[in-house]
Amino acid sequence: MADTKASEESKELTDRDHLRRIGLIWLVLTLVCVPLVIFVLGPHLPPGTDSEQARNQQEDNTVLAAVATPVLLFIWVYIGYAVKNWRIPADTPVEELQDGPPIRGHRGFQTAWIVITSVTVFALFVFGTQELWTDYGSGTGSGSSPVWTPAGYSTNAKDSKLLVVQVIGQQWRWTYRFPQYGGVETDTLVIPAGKTVQFDVTSLDVIHSFWAINLGVKADANPGNNNIAFVEDPSVGPVDIRCAELCGTYHGAMAQTGQVEKQADFDAWIAGQIVLHYDLLPQLPAYADFYIPQTDGGYYDPSQVTPPAVDSGLPPPPPAPAPSSAAPSPAPSSS
Amino acid sequence: MAKSGRIAAVLVALAAVVAVAAGVVVYLVAYPPTASASPVGSASAEVTMQTVPAYNQDPEPTWVSYMIKQGDSWVHTTMFQVPAHSLVHFTVYQFDTGSPLRNPFMNQTANLVGGAENVNGKDVSLIDANVGDGVGHSFAIPALGVSAIFPGVSGDSTNQCDVAAPCPMTFDHNTITFTIQTGDPGSYAWQCFVPCALGYPIGFGGPMSTLGYMNGFMEVVA
Repeated sequence: MADTKASEESKELTDRDHLRRIGLIWLVLTLVCVPLVIFVLGPHLPPGTDSEQARNQQEDNTVLAAVATPVLLFIWVYIGYAVKNWRIPADTPVEELQDGPPIRGHRGFQTAWIVITSVTVFALFVFGTQELWTDYGSGTGSGSSPVWTPAGYSTNAKDSKLLVVQVIGQQWRWTYRFPQYGGVETDTLVIPAGKTVQFDVTSLDVIHSFWAINLGVKADANPGNNNIAFVEDPSVGPVDIRCAELCGTYHGAMAQTGQVEKQADFDAWIAGQIVLHYDLLPQLPAYADFYIPQTDGGYYDPSQVTPPAVDSGLPPPPPAPAPSSAAPSPAPSSS
Repeated sequence: MAKSGRIAAVLVALAAVVAVAAGVVVYLVAYPPTASASPVGSASAEVTMQTVPAYNQDPEPTWVSYMIKQGDSWVHTTMFQVPAHSLVHFTVYQFDTGSPLRNPFMNQTANLVGGAENVNGKDVSLIDANVGDGVGHSFAIPALGVSAIFPGVSGDSTNQCDVAAPCPMTFDHNTITFTIQTGDPGSYAWQCFVPCALGYPIGFGGPMSTLGYMNGFMEVVA
């Protein structure tokens, strides 16, 4: 009976009346939900606020969620309104069942649809491009020749005024080389807070993907390729690292916790790493953008192996890590 | 065909499908056995392993493999159990020849008690795998930063193990001992970092990607 009443009532309303009602409900919900998305949900969206790139990505996710909210609400409101008002009563004889009126050829709807979707998509395109531009790739791998680079970047990693960290993926672990510190290689990632860091990401075997989740950095690690990503102003704290590309049996084991440290602590750590790995340095290949394994066994090309570090300008190992508040002064390279 | 014949045919077909499905399930859930470390005192244990150049048994006779000693016999597994917060002493008999590692960073030991391993009676913390006999295999637990490296048997040796695993001690081998300190209980993946799966892409397929051969889990239990 209630259905019949609702149906009769709806029949008395014109299409414009229905549209006005739907629009009003949608408008009220939008005015309530969009601020909630921006101010309540937004601060909790990934990847967090641990770097400039992460903060901007969180802002981007908030903008996208805010833009999507009215669209989602319109769909839900329309479906709910249609179910309530245009549902055919259960006791309707089969011979009276009919389709709804077609709306094809309605110039107003078509124009609104094309204009609204085009404006939305174009606005997002402009917004996204601007974010990539001003944020130097927004933490993503930008290939070996990034279009947008921060001040101090150099195509030669050793000449860069940014801290360059080479991320090396291999089945199944990450290692890191620091070309400005004698090419020392480590199995943990530590970077200084407040600086701009350039990640040169590569692989020794299959495709991996370096994902420093809370820093907002994600770059594919391809064999034979250098994929560069930037991160600015990281905050002191742990860094959650994963491999984001299914790379074999222990893909899931390529999880690691790195650390963003104060400059003095980073200086002490990198000095300690040089001491720890000093004897190994001569066995490492000369620092390169990427390393090409031999085809027969998959090993490093021996021609890339450096001569002994003592002959190539590497400083003697520091006697002990000495904390310093000064900015890092890159050590001479091993090659 | 008579009705009884059709019923029989259907039953046979059904049984065949069930058998195939059961076979697939059994194959997929097959799991190497877990060996227990031998306790030594109250806070330490021993694990004895060997690496063989070829298993020389079915189902993969050509694959390189680890084996673990359980009591007096060798078990074809890479799963073993050790106590938490304990010293675990490893003895590895390395029967395989060596090669360079893909990443020379792994030429060094890491996070071993005492800072080094012992190879044939000599403390070693770094091997240049690009020269000499290279590195045959390694034992690394990336989550714990642990790495031990096993020098290869000379490629010129005329007494290399070529029998069905396990390899008797009469064949040429290197004996490596090292100790690690375990922490909290958990399941820790370990693997060899030498790309020693010959015939597979970049040397990391086949035995390098199969439990029971060149990788496994160390179960640390309370």
